[in-house]
Amino acid sequence: MSMIQVNGDPLAWTPGLTVRGLLQAKNYIFPMLIVTIDDRRVERADYDRELIPDGSVVQVIHLLSGG
Amino acid sequence: MSVNPAPTITPCDVDFTKRTEYHEGLEAIRAAHRVLKEVAFAPSLPRKGYNDRTLYVDLTTREVKEKPVTQQMKDLFVGGRGFGLWHLWNAVTPATRWNDPENEIVISPGPVAGITQYPGSGKSLVVSISPQTDIPIDSNVGGYFGPLLKFSGFDALELQGKSDQDVILFIDGQKGIIRVETAPLEPADSHVLAEILTLMYAEDEADRVNISVVCTGAAAEHSLIGMLNFTWWDKRRGCIRLKQAGRGGIGTVFRDKKIRALVCRGPAVKADLNHPVDFETLARTGIKLHQEIRTQDNLQCKMRRNGTAHIVEIMDAYDLLPVHNFQYGSHPDTHKIASYVWEGRCSQMTSDGCWYGCSMGCAKGADGLVLKTGPYKGHMVTVDGPEYENAAGLGSNGGVFDPDSLLELNFYCDTYGICTITYGTLAAFVMECYQRGILNKERTGGLELTWGNAEADLEMMHQMARGEGFGRIAGQGVKKMKELFIANGWGDPQLINDIGMENKGLEYSQYLSKESLAQQGGYALTNKGPQHDEAWVIFMDMVNKQLPTFEDKAEALYYFPLWRTWFGLMGFCKLPWNDVAPADNATTAEPAKIPEHVQNYLALFTATTGIKIDVETMLMQSARVYNFQRIFNIRMGKGLRANDLPPYRAVGPVTREEYESRSERYDKQMLDEIGVDPAGKSIEEKMAITRRYRLDRYSQLCDAVYARRGWTPDGVPTMARLKELGLDVLPEVVDIVKAHGG
Repeated sequence: MSMIQVNGDPLAWTPGLTVRGLLQAKNYIFPMLIVTIDDRRVERADYDRELIPDGSVVQVIHLLSGG
Repeated sequence: MSVNPAPTITPCDVDFTKRTEYHEGLEAIRAAHRVLKEVAFAPSLPRKGYNDRTLYVDLTTREVKEKPVTQQMKDLFVGGRGFGLWHLWNAVTPATRWNDPENEIVISPGPVAGITQYPGSGKSLVVSISPQTDIPIDSNVGGYFGPLLKFSGFDALELQGKSDQDVILFIDGQKGIIRVETAPLEPADSHVLAEILTLMYAEDEADRVNISVVCTGAAAEHSLIGMLNFTWWDKRRGCIRLKQAGRGGIGTVFRDKKIRALVCRGPAVKADLNHPVDFETLARTGIKLHQEIRTQDNLQCKMRRNGTAHIVEIMDAYDLLPVHNFQYGSHPDTHKIASYVWEGRCSQMTSDGCWYGCSMGCAKGADGLVLKTGPYKGHMVTVDGPEYENAAGLGSNGGVFDPDSLLELNFYCDTYGICTITYGTLAAFVMECYQRGILNKERTGGLELTWGNAEADLEMMHQMARGEGFGRIAGQGVKKMKELFIANGWGDPQLINDIGMENKGLEYSQYLSKESLAQQGGYALTNKGPQHDEAWVIFMDMVNKQLPTFEDKAEALYYFPLWRTWFGLMGFCKLPWNDVAPADNATTAEPAKIPEHVQNYLALFTATTGIKIDVETMLMQSARVYNFQRIFNIRMGKGLRANDLPPYRAVGPVTREEYESRSERYDKQMLDEIGVDPAGKSIEEKMAITRRYRLDRYSQLCDAVYARRGWTPDGVPTMARLKELGLDVLPEVVDIVKAHGG
């Protein structure tokens, strides 16, 4: 099965998976995120069209909040 | 995912003229006052952020005097929480308990507090020996009192002794008069009392904004969890607003001293009252953040619309919202108390800041609530908030998902002088005890404290305010309830201790820490007890997985508590630091720290005081106070490793239901990390294995954090660390450290 890594955890990859699709799949609804694909940062404006390649290492960094 | 899509919001449309007013009886109340002491003083404005004097009042003898703020005080303790702890240290002995006359309440706003150029710059820090923990508690609060005190001429207010009758302390920074007056007819509860006193002490309508009142409510007289309200006059709504110094029971100390209220009348606030050395930098730095909030807030946290309640549904989505006494992290009904519900209830005023110049303005007000219970039944009131902690603590943690009930709980907490966070956690504990048969209707005096029973929850709160029934027992807090339930033989002691969410005697605030080892330390490795204002690192640890090793976690639990301490030294609010970020923050090396904002704060301190600092100096300022507070705890008989143990509910699953709710996660951890195959094992066996593993990991975390902080394995700052910090010039501090092997 094709896989990607998201914050260190494996996730099944599907063709056409966008950053937006990934965030929805992981239920990452926090608004202050930094997304990188193989160490390349993705702008928020590109979340809908940025495709995630099979085998990628994706980081979705949530900034601090709370309190 | 349990959160429904946000509904269309109808903006709150409330006729403010129908709000219940409390002016009646004002003249009779005023006429009953008798002046016990009047002292003249020379009002002054700070220079470079400091007045260089503290106002000291002894309630027993009614001595009123000025004390100098020395250069050593400024060098070692900076201001705010630092000044508070230093005054308190000199006032008490290791034997002092909260209700001894020598205990103090110290209020200090910090050198930068009161600037109007930068959002979130009007905070006061309040310090006392806590009735709940027997160690110093510090609480950070908005409202105008601290800045107005400072612009009247004082860097701190020290209150010691006990009055023999109810009194009001009035500080008139316009006329240079300090008066202690009797207050025989004053109402007890904050929303009434503060409104009356604001009208009483203001010379005309325009003067109301120059008045701030500190007071509490009826529950502070009958519980250990009383809080203090700090007011400001909301010109747009035409009413007083309340911000809370909530944690640790300082309101209880306040009433034990028979203080009914503090009233400060300051000068009209202007932009340069701190007399900073570099006003232009303050203005330029502030404008930059105002612009950032204007352009980024709607794309980020929407603090201007929803305040901190914006994270209710977010915490639910990440399994972090406390549900049913921290058993679970989400609930299908969360959408009923989500931010968009409050958006429809809170009147969206153009400015809802608790100090001048705050364009973040997150102090929301839910107007037009008609109360259904209690002594104010039928009154129409404005509720401050709800903030996230209130929505989570009074709501999901006790299973209350009805917005009206939640607002009513919030309102009565505020006016009765009850800490909402503490109440939320203790009510959730009580409800779980009821669920598990530790409590029953007979033991609660007829209260059916089942999950979500808001009627019983409110009645328990009213009882707390009246000092009656089971409410009086609940008002002693979780720690003392645990001791009582165990002494009465009402349940399994281990279960009661496991599910009672307190550490050091203070109740947990409203985040689920059990799946984040770093946050377990972020709560229990604190100085005052488990409040989120030292280190909120759940996302870094649990979601981002940026802290894989003990050393990584220890580094976060070194840096963030010191960083957050600094806000309390200055008089800053934390929210403008990281609830909005520059558009290019993601391109920086350490985006979680919001590096541009860190530079802003350095600039603000230097521009106010003229003292140049860098990040390292900033952390040293905090570290001095942080380590001093740790040693203060040791001096009071706590502050050691044994006091840093969390209840197991904060670490892992206590019950079968909890384990089963996350069995996939726990079984996987057992196989991957512990190296034990869960197949064929009973739930009880798996829970025991998980417990041993997690408690061992917590112990290893303590070792790593203590080492990083320069402490011994027992949690005592070492002499080497003391010397680095320059605290070795204080002989008693050195003696305590040496006596404990530091």
